[in-house]
Amino acid sequence: MAAATPTSYTDKVIVSDEVAEFSPEIIAEMNEHLAKYPPERKRSALIPILMLIIQRERGWVDNAGVNFLAKFLDLEVTDIWETATFYSMFNLRPVGRHHIQICKTLSCKIMGEPEITEHICSKLGIHPGETTEDGKFTVSLVECLGSCGTAPMMQIGYDFHEDLTIETVDQILDSLR
Amino acid sequence: MEIKAIGCEPLSLKRVGIQDGHTLKVYQDTGGYVQLKKAFGMSPDEIIQHVKDSALRGRGGAGFPTGMKWSFVPKDSPKPKYIVCNADESEPGSFKDRYLLEYDPHALIEGMIIAGWALKASTGYIYFRGEYNYLIHIMDRALAEARDAGLLGKNIFGSGFDMDIHTHTGAGAYICGEETALLSSLEGFRGHPRMKPPFPAVEGLYACPTVVNNVETLTSIPQILEMGGIAWRDLGTEKSGGTKLWSISGHVKKPGVYELPMGYADMEKFIMEDCGGMLRDNKLKAVIPGGSSVYIMNAGQILGKNVTLDYEGIVEAGSMLGTGGMMVMDETVDVVETTKNLSEFYKHESCGWCTPCREGTDWLVKIFNRISVGEGRPEDAQLLLDICDNIEGKSFCPLGDAAAWPVQSAIKQFPDDFKKWLTKKANGNGIEANI
Ligand SMILES: Cc1cc2nc3c(=O)[nH]c(=O)nc-3n(C[C@H](O)[C@H](O)[C@H](O)COP(=O)(O)O)c2cc1C
Ligand code: SF4
Ligand code: FES
Repeated sequence: MAAATPTSYTDKVIVSDEVAEFSPEIIAEMNEHLAKYPPERKRSALIPILMLIIQRERGWVDNAGVNFLAKFLDLEVTDIWETATFYSMFNLRPVGRHHIQICKTLSCKIMGEPEITEHICSKLGIHPGETTEDGKFTVSLVECLGSCGTAPMMQIGYDFHEDLTIETVDQILDSLR
Repeated sequence: MEIKAIGCEPLSLKRVGIQDGHTLKVYQDTGGYVQLKKAFGMSPDEIIQHVKDSALRGRGGAGFPTGMKWSFVPKDSPKPKYIVCNADESEPGSFKDRYLLEYDPHALIEGMIIAGWALKASTGYIYFRGEYNYLIHIMDRALAEARDAGLLGKNIFGSGFDMDIHTHTGAGAYICGEETALLSSLEGFRGHPRMKPPFPAVEGLYACPTVVNNVETLTSIPQILEMGGIAWRDLGTEKSGGTKLWSISGHVKKPGVYELPMGYADMEKFIMEDCGGMLRDNKLKAVIPGGSSVYIMNAGQILGKNVTLDYEGIVEAGSMLGTGGMMVMDETVDVVETTKNLSEFYKHESCGWCTPCREGTDWLVKIFNRISVGEGRPEDAQLLLDICDNIEGKSFCPLGDAAAWPVQSAIKQFPDDFKKWLTKKANGNGIEANI
């Protein structure tokens, strides 16, 4: 998150010495990212690997994954946290299997976002920022996702769902249950 | 969602919406990579001259002349050079780049290779906002096709020129659209902007000369070579060359991405006719013409005013073209609420690097919060303006200004909306707000 007030990373992070392990296939995938940058600029691969591989494999940005990445990129663990705590798409806590991100910015807001959010939250029995007890769904309110012309909209994982109505929201949620 | 060119042939939209427009085959069948071949027969200076002649101004929001930016890259630098495409598109109201990336990735690749040849840059990166993950997959496939066809790699078209282009993902941060913050992020750091000068053209990625251009800017390059710089410019006006994509959202019947020649007349016709008019035939109340970071306009600044859609026309009418992300609002909206919404956006996206923006955006939201629960004080409009005054021009990067402008213009153009909230003061002393 581009946090307005810097928060100490130790507030957000559960610290441990555990180091995650990955299969040779996954390591090869990481190396593909590394190969995009000059050899002395390994740090450039930090965000892509953390986001596209480690968060995918571990479900969130956990300490063990970060410890691994520090070794992999020849960086300090604090270098990784320094970067990871800045960006809103890094989940520094576990999230539900389906992460529902509803756009709350202007065009979505005036085209019906409040009703959509209300409907989803009451259907799942949670508030924005919370995860259902069965760990299936997390609901977050996020800023503009580049779909203002097809507002209101939400992203579940990486999938865009646009031109939402109460009916289509029901269909989408039911298909994920 | 409409995808349509009005008043011109579709150039940027040529393949948008076309079946398999994203494939190399369709791209080549519709004239793709012909300009690249032609470019290798031209000198870098000739290419830069075409771009200068075209009067192309950067489509990422700042509108800096592209040809001039390219000419700032030092020719004699022994360092490697980089072309970086800004595909971070996160400005509220903007969604045009998304469609170019989805349907016409090869046009961007061709534009980037031409830029690489003109600037002697052998590496390109495309920085995507993290949420555009599906577009990264489309681009990776297009890049692989281009490599397989010898359009990227060593000795492209026998020119002796080598180039490769890679995708790079962001991870959720609007500020990473700002070019120097983007470069920090591309190097693996927090997305804090850097001091300018040195400008990226001189010291950018890895402290090497780097051109950062928007998706729409770079996809225009093959069009410019095809037509010639001057002919392309003449599609638009002398100062605002070519055509431009507009993203329209909000209370219109036909929201979408529209391609218009620069200088299109006029904003009223565009909203009321081309975009189908107002939703539910309500009355027009407000327009934010260029993405959230520009001044909000009231209906009186638009209706009957013949506002031309180009950089100069919109400035004259009291706002800015920005990214062309036009948000249209009808009489049902309360501008205090819409402005609060945008202040929340800027507070969330402030990178926290400098005090005026970090603290100022926080205070704007605090004051809007009390106004929105009926506890606004008569002096709050002035207080908001004072805070904006302490952000605008005093922040490290343009995000600060972008946070101040919507608030300043909202109070100026919609005083009645503020008065309504501020005199309805919860403790009921009924003092008229002083706006
Ligand atoms: C806060 C902020 C956000 C920006 N976001 C974007 C963006 O998402 N995409 C973009 O192309 N330019 C964005 N810009 C503009 C870039 O800094 C830069 O001017 C642009 O990428 C240069 O390319 P152009 O000359 O082709 O427009 C942003 C600028 C600021 C200050
Ligand atoms: S103006 Fe805002 S976004 Fe820009 S450097 Fe300062 S705190 Fe960061
Ligand atoms: S405002 Fe919701 S996608 Fe842009």
